[in-house]
Amino acid sequence: MQTAARTIITLAVLLAGWQVLVWVTGVEFFILPGPWRVLQSLADNVELIGRHAAITLLEIVLGLICGSALGVLSAIALSWFPVARRWLLPLLVVAQAIPVFALAPVLVLWLGYGLASKVMMASLIIFFPVTTAFLDGLRRTEPGWLDLAHTMTGPGGRQERWAQLRYIRIPAALPALASGLRVAAAVAPIGAVVGEWVGSSAGLGYLMLHANGRMQIDLLFAALFVLAAMAVTLFFSLDWLLRRLLPWQPDSLPTE
Amino acid sequence: MATQDNATNDIEQPVGLELRGGALAFGDRAVFNNLDLDIPAGQTTCLLGPSGVGKSSLLRLIAGISPEATARRLLASDGRPIAGRIAYMDQRDLLLPWLSVMGNVTLGARLRNEVPDRHQAEALLQRVGLEGEADAMPAALSGGMRQRAALARTLMEDRAIVLMDEPFSAVDALTRLRLQDLAAELLAGRTILLITHDPLEALRLGHRILVLRGDPATLSPVLEPGGQPPRPADDPALHGQAAGILRDLAG
Repeated sequence: MQTAARTIITLAVLLAGWQVLVWVTGVEFFILPGPWRVLQSLADNVELIGRHAAITLLEIVLGLICGSALGVLSAIALSWFPVARRWLLPLLVVAQAIPVFALAPVLVLWLGYGLASKVMMASLIIFFPVTTAFLDGLRRTEPGWLDLAHTMTGPGGRQERWAQLRYIRIPAALPALASGLRVAAAVAPIGAVVGEWVGSSAGLGYLMLHANGRMQIDLLFAALFVLAAMAVTLFFSLDWLLRRLLPWQPDSLPTE
Repeated sequence: MATQDNATNDIEQPVGLELRGGALAFGDRAVFNNLDLDIPAGQTTCLLGPSGVGKSSLLRLIAGISPEATARRLLASDGRPIAGRIAYMDQRDLLLPWLSVMGNVTLGARLRNEVPDRHQAEALLQRVGLEGEADAMPAALSGGMRQRAALARTLMEDRAIVLMDEPFSAVDALTRLRLQDLAAELLAGRTILLITHDPLEALRLGHRILVLRGDPATLSPVLEPGGQPPRPADDPALHGQAAGILRDLAG
């Protein structure tokens, strides 16, 4: 309850500040519309914005699923095969330094103006944080647990390794994976929208560009508002879900 | 006490343990070298020593979880290898935080791809005083209860040889005394190597007491306190002997 009240107060203060800024500076509405005007535009265009938002949401969710699945599988493969780790890990680190946004035009060129290039964009940008976070978790298993497991199975080669991975390493790495997924949920909308900016015929990113070109700045802000609300909702739902699924994860910073 | 539950105390023929030429070195410094250790079947052998002397390394060597230490020969007294015949208990409970007490106690079976025997696990939980806690998560338990769960997990493995590395050092004094009694009762008849830094604990629980010390470390002659463990904690003779061992360790 307190959290909700705090959120509402924060929002109200921000909106009031925005309105005051518009009044004090007397800025034109086609440069910076006030919050009321944006709200009106949102109400007037609710169907239009909704249609584009649904497409962007689909891109984000598909990107999250593909990127996370790929990241999880890569992390497990890298932890299992030392050779893969030696050869691919440096590559992964370097690849992470490439601004994925720069690839957006190429992806649109290859995959077209539709859904695929945006899902790919979002997957790519999600892939790295998920892989590195999960792999980190898989590498940092408490050695005592593995020692204990070893005394229980005896030296059993691959079967022992598999049992340790399944029953100890992977569960122990889930909190680290959860951190990676939180980052993924935060950046996935960026990937989808950048993809839309580069080339698309639908989605909130497309709508914003389009509105910007036609000086419908209130519509641009309304679309931006919906995008932000979607991103925030996605992040907090995932956060809530992960906390429910991983109740043993230590949380030493109390929220209240 | 060894009569009531066949499943836990009626283990395969008790076997002893013999180690020849145990060695551990870090760089040029030999922690111990050419170390021989015999652990008789069905008895509790306590190993004392100052910290850093290599007690834990020696235990981990026997447990097969020391990548650094080596042995020329490490066999059970029946001449067969000991891998798969030992249970290991650490001073940390090593309970997996995502599994319930039941899940932790039956971990070994799942790791070996066997079907866990829940009835046996429940019986053991009852014997360590954790009946009704089978579904509790480790984080909800006190330190003493967690160590009891770890003891139940060790018993569940039902191995002839039990290796314990300061298993009761992380709990308060009263809990420690209770856990010592419980462990002595439940593990009776098995071959046990117990590492401890507490002479009194060694004197309460051990049939035989060894001291590891020196540089490189060597094993001292054996002390046999006599009588059956667990010996009462308030026995004045025990305290006198403990003081003697402490002097010995310090000197």
